[in-house]
Amino acid sequence: MSAPVQPGFETLAVPSEAAEALALAETPFQQVWRTLRQDRLAMLGLVVLVVLLVLAFFGKLLTEWWVVFDPATVRLPDKLLPPFSVASAALAKELVPPFGLYPFGTDELGRNVFARMLQGSFVSLSVGIVAVSISLSIGITVGGLAGYYGKRKLGFISVDSWLMRITDIVLCFPTFFLILTVVALLPPSIYNIMIVIGITSWMGTARFVRAEFLALRDQDFVTAAQALGLPEWRIIFRHMVPNAMAPVLVSATIDVAYAILTESALSFLGFGVRPPYATWGNILADGRSYIFDAPWLFVIPGCAILVVVLAFNLLGEGLRDAMNPKLRKRAS
Amino acid sequence: MTTSTPLLSIHDLHVDFETAAGSVPAVRGVSLDIGAGETMALVGESGCGKSVTAMSVMRLITGRVSAGSIHFQGQDLSRLPEPEMRRVRGAQIGMIFQEPMSSLNPVFKIGRQIEEVLMLHQRLAPQAARAQALELLNRVGIPSPERRIQQYPHELSGGMKQRVMIAMAVACRPKLLIADEPTTALDVTIQAQIMELLRSLKQEFGMAVLLITHDLGVVAHFAERVAVMYAGKIVEQGQVRDIFKRAAHPYTQALLGALPDPLHPARRLEAIPGRVPSPRMLPAGCAFCARCKFAFEPCLEKQPELFQVAGEHRAACFLRA
Repeated sequence: MSAPVQPGFETLAVPSEAAEALALAETPFQQVWRTLRQDRLAMLGLVVLVVLLVLAFFGKLLTEWWVVFDPATVRLPDKLLPPFSVASAALAKELVPPFGLYPFGTDELGRNVFARMLQGSFVSLSVGIVAVSISLSIGITVGGLAGYYGKRKLGFISVDSWLMRITDIVLCFPTFFLILTVVALLPPSIYNIMIVIGITSWMGTARFVRAEFLALRDQDFVTAAQALGLPEWRIIFRHMVPNAMAPVLVSATIDVAYAILTESALSFLGFGVRPPYATWGNILADGRSYIFDAPWLFVIPGCAILVVVLAFNLLGEGLRDAMNPKLRKRAS
Repeated sequence: MTTSTPLLSIHDLHVDFETAAGSVPAVRGVSLDIGAGETMALVGESGCGKSVTAMSVMRLITGRVSAGSIHFQGQDLSRLPEPEMRRVRGAQIGMIFQEPMSSLNPVFKIGRQIEEVLMLHQRLAPQAARAQALELLNRVGIPSPERRIQQYPHELSGGMKQRVMIAMAVACRPKLLIADEPTTALDVTIQAQIMELLRSLKQEFGMAVLLITHDLGVVAHFAERVAVMYAGKIVEQGQVRDIFKRAAHPYTQALLGALPDPLHPARRLEAIPGRVPSPRMLPAGCAFCARCKFAFEPCLEKQPELFQVAGEHRAACFLRA
């Protein structure tokens, strides 16, 4: 049987089709990207983050795998040199930093602060990103189940009540002290910190996802997916979660900043990553004793933390605006 | 009339919605039979329970089926475990909805949404599913499907989206297609095209169609049998010809009287006085009684059952008793 395209329909459809293709041939991602690009501050944040990610990657590469900048080399003759100092001539040849220069100065043991900052950037960013990935997985699962199964009863209490009350309870914990306690009990390791930060920061995500799901649940496309016989996990995670991502992504971006801050605070207090390994937090902590003699020791990591957190926040704000259809302007 | 066992047989279906103010009956004893390849129209005003009836066939209602049975190909759907029910939905019974605008997932390309159904129910490999999706889009009359398959729902017009929905619903060659007001949200010119498409698909695939609508014009052109619903009950049921020519229930007569007649364009359209009774406060007798100009004593006291008018034409009215 031939397609039931009536004569005339084809000719009628062509101009409108062409117009449609011009006006709307854009994926949702492209729409967000277009709006985001107009937001100068968000783009600044994004550029800073991309640069930092590249730096963090090279930091890992150059300080641990192919050691050009060794953050652990102790050079006692060169201790507490200000930024852009030249290495002293008395130094043994294998101890001389690349180009004989300390771009960020040296600390009280004569370690190259630039090398330590490089190593620390990887720790900070990876803690932020991994911790938030963990918190996102938990938050999306809890929020999604609470939102989707909402009214279904488990005992005499609904699934929604169970999950959201648990969320409320976790939300009541003084998170930072909980993290501090757990980290103090566990062996100090960067992985423990990632996990602990992750499992104490998913509540916001869970609430966002649940709220989105409550609105999405009654949307026709969810009913349509059910009517097509798709399994529930598929409807929840493949069909509804992507539609609920906008606010989650925004809060996740800001959560990364928060996780980085938490890690720095933990390292500063000495509960973080083990001392020979540099992180921004423990560089800052080490610099604390030399505030007046060697201010670069705390100014540099402090500024780095500030810049990263600010960049994540700016990007988050920009994403929020770009993903909000009410604020998004049409192209034309 | 259905010869052997009907494809879908709804018997004495009752659906209640639990609200804070108590249980509200939305469907009160609906019985329907649809034979294979047959088109049945379920007609009624908004809120009369026609969509709820359809959704309870799919078991996708938030309300509770308090009584009755729904048999599909001899299986009692209300007793089927959920995983098996999932194999019925989409594969055996397809469904299209009123709002094509919001019935497609906005974040996926339409191709992926069609392929998903094919891969799920027919276990097709991705390439085979893609080819089949293209064929389906072509079949439902979407021009240049190769390009459309790569597009997102917002890039399609309402009529196109409804065509995509139809492609998804018939992708697995279901035996029954439930069309819940498929043309209500579309412009009149597109409505005719969509109904024509449904008719040709129905013939090609030998599907039965349960058409839910309040558009009597669509019913007259498309359906073979009609059931008219009022306040959660079927008030009249029969062949299209019987209903339109010899409507037996005062409600059906009033509905038809409210339609413009091309032969008598000057005739004043008759509105039905009064309003549909709230399902919370249904009268003891016939629900239409308060608006009916023929109402007499038994109407107030007792609910009329379906009385035979002629052949399978039946009406729930004491005038026909």
